[in-house]
Amino acid sequence: MGEKVFMQGNMALAEAAIRAGCKYYFGYPITPASEIMEYYAAKMPEENGVFVQAETEVSASNMIAGVAAAGKRAMMATSGPGISLGAEAISYMCAAQLPAVLVNVMRPGPGDGDIVACQGDYFQAVKGAGHGDYNTIVLAPYSAQEMVDFAFKAFELAEKYRNPVMILSDGGLAKMMESVELPDRIAPDTQFPWALTGAKNRDANVITTCAKSPKQWEEYNLVLQEKFIKIKDAEQKWESYKTEDADVVVVAFGISARIAFSAVKMARDNNMKVGMIRPITLWPFPEKAFKGLDDKYFFVTELNSGQMVEDVKLSVKDKEKVSFYGRLGGMTPTPKELYEKLIELYKEHKLNANI
Amino acid sequence: MKVVYKRPELLTDAHFSYCGGCGHGIINKLLAEIIEEEKLAEKAILVWPIGCSVYADQNFKVDSICALHGRAPSVGTGLKRALPENTVIVYQGDGDMVSEGMAEIMHAAIRGEKFSVIFVNNAIFGMTGGQMAPTTLLEQKTTTSPYGRRAETSGYPVNMAELISNVRGCYFSERVYVNNPKNIMNAKKAIKKCIQYQMEGKGLSFVEVVSQCPTGWGVNPLDSLKMVETEMSKVYPLGVFKDMGVNDN
Repeated sequence: MGEKVFMQGNMALAEAAIRAGCKYYFGYPITPASEIMEYYAAKMPEENGVFVQAETEVSASNMIAGVAAAGKRAMMATSGPGISLGAEAISYMCAAQLPAVLVNVMRPGPGDGDIVACQGDYFQAVKGAGHGDYNTIVLAPYSAQEMVDFAFKAFELAEKYRNPVMILSDGGLAKMMESVELPDRIAPDTQFPWALTGAKNRDANVITTCAKSPKQWEEYNLVLQEKFIKIKDAEQKWESYKTEDADVVVVAFGISARIAFSAVKMARDNNMKVGMIRPITLWPFPEKAFKGLDDKYFFVTELNSGQMVEDVKLSVKDKEKVSFYGRLGGMTPTPKELYEKLIELYKEHKLNANI
Repeated sequence: MKVVYKRPELLTDAHFSYCGGCGHGIINKLLAEIIEEEKLAEKAILVWPIGCSVYADQNFKVDSICALHGRAPSVGTGLKRALPENTVIVYQGDGDMVSEGMAEIMHAAIRGEKFSVIFVNNAIFGMTGGQMAPTTLLEQKTTTSPYGRRAETSGYPVNMAELISNVRGCYFSERVYVNNPKNIMNAKKAIKKCIQYQMEGKGLSFVEVVSQCPTGWGVNPLDSLKMVETEMSKVYPLGVFKDMGVNDN
């Protein structure tokens, strides 16, 4: 049975990844992600695992590609600037169909920015930071428990689809301490027929992302696209709260969802029919969550300038019914602040005569 | 009739994708022979670069991966750390290693990664059409140094074999040529030693192979062989710059 402990988000994720059988960690120090690498640095000797502090995130992410090519579970955790550097390897791993897990503990950008909570890397994660036609599966935890659960889930998805998976955390979730239940250790079966292990009793395996011709490369791209369509269909995850009777549905992910949920409850306490959708997979975006909600207004809140709004608008029938409120640069709204924005929305559209 | 020379068994039937007169084909063949002779066909994993040898994975009956530009040492690090019993051979050109991937190769040596590196230096970006590399000789004309490389604006050629030998994690570093039979035989010895050191669990072993590039240099293949002696050797001399195996004994 699992073990109940009180843990910081970053450390919970690291411990869970180890329990999920990830014994290869490569990284470069960056706030607010460093505890993950420090945890691995401390644990790998006793686990008989591998920890390498790489010279750059460029190198660390390519080391992960090397371990993944050997069919083993590898992870790198960083923040947005590190993902920018690792972007070429994400594109590469998608093209080479290599399973690996990357963690982005988001901090405010652009540029050097700051080191607190922010969600400004939504586009970077969801639309693809690197070059070419590809998608990264993106999981957005909103608690230390989900850091744990998604560490397991991320490797499962990565290997199921042979594609990198990103866990999109942030400086707030990373530093919060919460009670979590840690699952038992697993020893994943990573005997993959495609892995590079030496050509013993089989033909040589080759992993390459170099096109032999435009025709061959289009065919290969179509294979990748078929996979992405399959993922879109099968892997959308979200949480809905009281959406059926709602006038307004709040849409928020990660730490924003924590704040937004308090605002939703304040609204319900004041006779406002407000529901909520919390996207858990950001790619694939859970457009299925919006089915049957054509008559609702949508209020999106994020710690950015409104990046997820675009995906919400693509998921609803009437994009005029989608509004947005966000804070930038590492500032976070209070639940009351969001509640007041909901009241404004109610008044604007005359949703309740008493408000 | 007695067979005195044949194509290595480990090479596939696919044609090499190199230009006529290029040294890569010779170096690839030597590599195949060595893997065969050392009985490493079932253990070897080749890490190919971006550059002229980008398609070499199709020439070998050995597990292969083609890395991103400059990142072969990082992919090699991941592979060797994951599979310490396997023999990981990283193969890079000068544009790939010395320009795009200088950090990756130097830090692989700094960490003392236990894999073998074959570095092919032809003083030019071959595959992209003959641009200047960090290894390009002074006064050498390329498509991006059309008036000849000038130290004032582009600095000086980089001596990788010497440079990396100064890193403590580097166990072995030698420079060889493949422009005549004698030099080719010496190159084979060096590459074999480089791989044997890995099998003994030593640190990073490095062989720089100065290779002729008649297409990139704009000369005929025979003249390119001579230019290795008349031009390249002035900047890139033959030599063993580090051999801790000798020091150990």
